[in-house]
Amino acid sequence: MVCALPFAVLAALLLANRTFPGKTLVESVLHMPLVIPPVALGYVLLSVFGTRAPLGLWLAHFGIRFAFSWTGAALASAIITYPFQVRASRLAVEGLDHRLLQAAETLGAGLFDRVFNIALPIALPGVIAGAILAFAACLGEFGAIITFVSSIPGETRTLPLAIYAALQTPGGDLEAARLSAMSLMLALAGLLLAEFVGRRARQFAGL
Amino acid sequence: MSIEVEFRHRFADFVLEVGFRTDATGITALFGHSGAGKTTIVNAIAGLFRPASGRIVVGSRVFFDSEKDIWIPPLHRRVGYVFQDSRLFPHLSVERNLQFGWRRSAAPVSVEEFFHVVELLGLQPLLNRKPRTLSGGEQSRVALGRALLASPNILLMDEPLAAIDTERRREILPHLELLRDHSALPIVYVSHSLNEIARLADHLVIVKGGRVAASGALFDLITDLRLPEATGEPPYGAVLETTVARDLKEEKLTVLAFAGGELRVPLLLYPEGTRLRTHIRASDVIIACEEPRGISANNVLPVTILEIRERTDFHVDVRLLCGTTRLVAWITHASRERLELAPGVQVFAIVKSVSIVPQARPTG
Repeated sequence: MVCALPFAVLAALLLANRTFPGKTLVESVLHMPLVIPPVALGYVLLSVFGTRAPLGLWLAHFGIRFAFSWTGAALASAIITYPFQVRASRLAVEGLDHRLLQAAETLGAGLFDRVFNIALPIALPGVIAGAILAFAACLGEFGAIITFVSSIPGETRTLPLAIYAALQTPGGDLEAARLSAMSLMLALAGLLLAEFVGRRARQFAGL
Repeated sequence: MSIEVEFRHRFADFVLEVGFRTDATGITALFGHSGAGKTTIVNAIAGLFRPASGRIVVGSRVFFDSEKDIWIPPLHRRVGYVFQDSRLFPHLSVERNLQFGWRRSAAPVSVEEFFHVVELLGLQPLLNRKPRTLSGGEQSRVALGRALLASPNILLMDEPLAAIDTERRREILPHLELLRDHSALPIVYVSHSLNEIARLADHLVIVKGGRVAASGALFDLITDLRLPEATGEPPYGAVLETTVARDLKEEKLTVLAFAGGELRVPLLLYPEGTRLRTHIRASDVIIACEEPRGISANNVLPVTILEIRERTDFHVDVRLLCGTTRLVAWITHASRERLELAPGVQVFAIVKSVSIVPQARPTG
């Protein structure tokens, strides 16, 4: 998710500021993870990155394996939550006052200068909001992960997967309740932290 | 240093076709009502708006020439732009805002000079504040400082005082006068207030409906009898550059000298030699055929009628010459006929009142 953030911000900048041929198509593809069943996405990933799939075989030469490993879980989460990040970042970028960028330009700031020193710092609260949403979505992800990387204890077993596994085990009710409580606390803590960070960021941005 | 602007652009419902040229190092004022195209002209000089065709030259640099396909992007023009809405960066402190253009300047002023400008604009106490916490007047001063510290070749000011109340204007105007009198920086100043312009400008460009209705030296153009047509307002009157000649302590009067005569005004407490711009309204000038005696007015000037122009069904405007200085009076048709006034006739102008526009600091 953290690795996906810069890409999400870049995509947001492009989508908010530029028009280019096929923009609508790109937007639709970006938003696809929101609408396709996660299980289907997991299957697609498996057939692309699987141990016997072409790309998976090729990556194996470099010792990179996504299927049935925690990196695969991260990849699946990143793809699932990407639209949230793009959407939130894009709103933040679109809400940005274009006139400030003009002012920066008359003061001698080039394109990258304007993006990094004016646009991004001011859009930061929105970007953080996007990251938080993505984090919340990650915690609950089930379908894509179980299909792509299975549920290997200590490797790819996320909280929801562990809860599900516990429910499948005779006498695992207590364990499931414990894990559910844990995920509740984790989510709550995450959201509180997010709110706090977002507030600080808005203060920093002078909004 | 000259500014040459000439371009044409067709918008959906509006054609902008402007051309003017000034040799003034001082302040060139763009006057016009909202929607006349003033801001677009300034944006074209800054490079934030690219006209369909034309040419924009500042000093020796060609910013835009559609025939030679020249277009210099804003970041390479080195114009200092003070926007109407100040546009300070909300996430940066006042100090960082001021440093923004300074750090990116090809030839930045020294640190001493930086703090000199900070002091001149009274920004020292504000340096650590965020723009959101500043008043309108403070924001304007910071925006002016930020533009100046980028070492611009030309300063563009788009109604910098529009968002500020009268009290705060008094706080900024002296800074602008200092700038005009003590730097060689050419300034283009957009305003819809003739009072502001009369106080500051050296050159006046009147923009009306997307065209330049008139352009010329302020002292000439302000008394031009075609001015009301261009501005849609009654004649502004005369603006005179005067110097404090002496104080008449007993009469409690001060004598101001101007090219063509003297004016007596209620005692002012300025040192001799102080330059003051004065404003004589057209409605404050009475014309007499013979030198009047026993009247209360302190100023009676011998003048020659230059021109008479009908403005309304009831009024005519009269342009008068006193030495080399022009005055404007506004009288009724009836008075004109009764006195048999015509160009070339020698008469007396009785000046009922004179408004003084104090300068920031005595010079010369």
